[in-house]
Amino acid sequence: MIAPFHNNDSQVNASAIVGNTASLAAGREVAIACRGIIKDFGDGNTKVRALHGIEVDVYASELTLLVGPSGCGKTTLISIIAGLLNPTAGDLDLFGVKQSQLRGPKLVEFRALSVGFIFQQYNLLPALTATENVAVPLLIQGWKRPAAMKAALSALEAVDLGSRAEQRPNQLSGGQQQRVAIARALVHQPRLLVCDEPTAALDAVSGQRVMELLKKVAVQPGRAVIVVTHDDRVFGYGDRIISMADGRIESVENSKSK
Amino acid sequence: MNWVAWKMLTGDRTKYLGTVFGVAFGVLLISQQTSIFVGLMRRTAHAAIDVRDAQVWVMDPYQQNADEIKPLSETDLNRVRGVEGVEWAVRYFKSLARAKIETGSFRQVFLIGLDDHSLIGAPVKMIDGSLANLRRPDAIIVDKAGYEYLWGQEPIRLGRTLEMNDRRAVLVGICEATAPFQTFPIIYTRYSQAIQFVAGERKVMSFVLAHPQPGVTPKDLSTRIAERTNLMTKTRTEFIWFIIGYYMRNTGIPVNFGITIALGFIVGTAIAGQTFYLFTLENLKQFGALKAMGLSDLRLTLMVLLQATVVGLIGYGLGIGMTALFFEATSNVTALAGFYLPWQVAAGAAVSVSLIIVLASFLSLRKVLLLEPAVVFRG
Repeated sequence: MIAPFHNNDSQVNASAIVGNTASLAAGREVAIACRGIIKDFGDGNTKVRALHGIEVDVYASELTLLVGPSGCGKTTLISIIAGLLNPTAGDLDLFGVKQSQLRGPKLVEFRALSVGFIFQQYNLLPALTATENVAVPLLIQGWKRPAAMKAALSALEAVDLGSRAEQRPNQLSGGQQQRVAIARALVHQPRLLVCDEPTAALDAVSGQRVMELLKKVAVQPGRAVIVVTHDDRVFGYGDRIISMADGRIESVENSKSK
Repeated sequence: MNWVAWKMLTGDRTKYLGTVFGVAFGVLLISQQTSIFVGLMRRTAHAAIDVRDAQVWVMDPYQQNADEIKPLSETDLNRVRGVEGVEWAVRYFKSLARAKIETGSFRQVFLIGLDDHSLIGAPVKMIDGSLANLRRPDAIIVDKAGYEYLWGQEPIRLGRTLEMNDRRAVLVGICEATAPFQTFPIIYTRYSQAIQFVAGERKVMSFVLAHPQPGVTPKDLSTRIAERTNLMTKTRTEFIWFIIGYYMRNTGIPVNFGITIALGFIVGTAIAGQTFYLFTLENLKQFGALKAMGLSDLRLTLMVLLQATVVGLIGYGLGIGMTALFFEATSNVTALAGFYLPWQVAAGAAVSVSLIIVLASFLSLRKVLLLEPAVVFRG
C-alpha cells in the first residue's frame, strides 16, 4: 500500500513559497514547512541535540504518519509543529505564517484556534462528562456554555458516541475515551490535528477503529493531520510516512494511492 | 472556564472535602483559640469593663493592675473633685474578701463597694431583684455565676445570707457581670457596707471614679487630674488595656495561646496547602492538556484561584460556624461564661484563611505556570 519515496522531501519543496497563504508544492497544499529545525535541550556539557536541522513539509488534506524508534525526536518535532516548544534554530511555516511571529499570547491563541490534540493517554478531564470534555476547546475560545455543549454533542454524535454523552471518562472503555478525545480535538475545526500515539493504549481492534475514524472524520480539505506512532499495524492509514532516526528525517514515503 | 474549574474541584469528592475540612479545621483552631484568648483577657479587665458610667479612673501612681491596689485617701477624692472639668467624682472599692455561706463552705470573692449615694459602677443588668434594694442594710447583689459558685445549682432565692468578716450580708439581687479571670463570685454592695466586710485598714478607697463635664473629653480630664493630683489616671478604655497589658506582659497566656493560634495557622496551611497542592499535582496532566489546547497562563491562574477561593470560602464558613456553635453550645456553662466569638476574631480568621489560600494557591500555581505544555506528549 505504501510506496517508498526516496527523494529528500525538503528538496522537492525547496522552492515552496513561504508567505501569508499556504504554499503549494507538486499540486498539494503545504500546511507546515520545516526548514532547518534544530532543537537542543540543556546547556553546556549537558546539552543534547534532539533535532538536527529537520527539513520536511506536511501537506493539508492528508494524514501524515511520523514514525521512528523511541528517542528519535518525533515528540519533539510535533511539539514544535504544534507550538508547544520553540525550536533552537530554523524556520517553521504554519499555514503561511512564520512561527517566529507567533510568540507568547499569539502562539497560545494559535493553538486554541488552529490546533487539535489527541494524546496517548487521552487526557480527558475525569470530572467532566464526555460532552463537557468535548466542549472544552470551545470554552477556551470563549464560547458560551450552552452553545459549546450543543456543538460538543454534535461532535460526539459524529464519532458515534451520542449515547454516551453523559458518561464520565472512567465509565468509558479506552477506545471510547479516545473517540471522545477525537471529538474534542475536532470540535473547533482546527487546521492542524496532532495525534500522539493515539492507538498505543488500545487493543488492536480498538486501534483500527480509531484510525478508521481519524481517516474518516479528521482528514478534511485544508486540514493537516499528523499522527505520531510506533504501531506498524496502522501504517496503512497514512497518506505519507515520515520516518525519523536520531533526530533526523530518515525517509519520506507516499502511500501507493498518492 | 470557571465552570470547568468548579467541576475539576468538586469532581473528586474525597479530595474536595479533605481540602475544605483542612481549611475549616485551621479556621476553627484559629478562631476558637483566639476567641478564648480574647475572652480571658476581657476577664482580666472585668471591673473596668463593667463600670460604664464613669469615664476616668484615678488610682495610686504605682498601681500595676486592677487587683493589686494601694488605697487612696479621702483627701485624694476631694483633690480630684476640685479639678476643673470634673462633673462628679465618687469612691469605688474593690477588694478580695472571703464569703462564708450557711453550710459553712466559703469562697474567695471580689467585693465591689459602690458610692452610697449614686451607686456609680452598679451592674447594668439585673436578673432578679432590684438595684434599689442595695440601699437596704447589709444588702448585697451577687452575679449569676457567683451565685452558682456559692450555692451550686440551687434555684435563685433572694434573702439568703452569707458572712464576710463576721458580718451578715443579705442577698437582695442577682445581676449579670463580666466574668473575672479568677472565676470568683462578684459581690456588689454600698461603699460604706463594703469596708465593713473586709479587715480594716487606715485607707480603704481603691479608686476614684470621675466623669467629665460636658465639653471636656475623658482624655483631657484624665490628663488634668493627673497633673493636678500626681495620681495615676486612665480613661476607661486606657484602663481596660492597661490591665490587659499587665497580664500580657506578666503571664504566659499570650505565649501559650499564640503558639496554639500559630499551630492552627500552620496546621490549616499545611492541610489545606498540601491537599490543594496534591490536587493540583494530580491534575497537572490535565492542566498541561488545557495549556496545550490554548488556555493562557492568566486563565489557568484564575481557574486555580477560583478553586482556592471556593475552598477558602466554604472552609471558612464551616470553620467559623463550628466556632460559633461551640460558643453557643457552651454559653450556659458557668465556667465558660463571657467567652464568645468577637467579630474582630472572625475578621482576623478571614484574613488568616486568605493567607492560607494564597500560600496554597501559590505553591500549586507555581507548578502549573512552570509546566511546559509539551509535557502532555510525554507518555
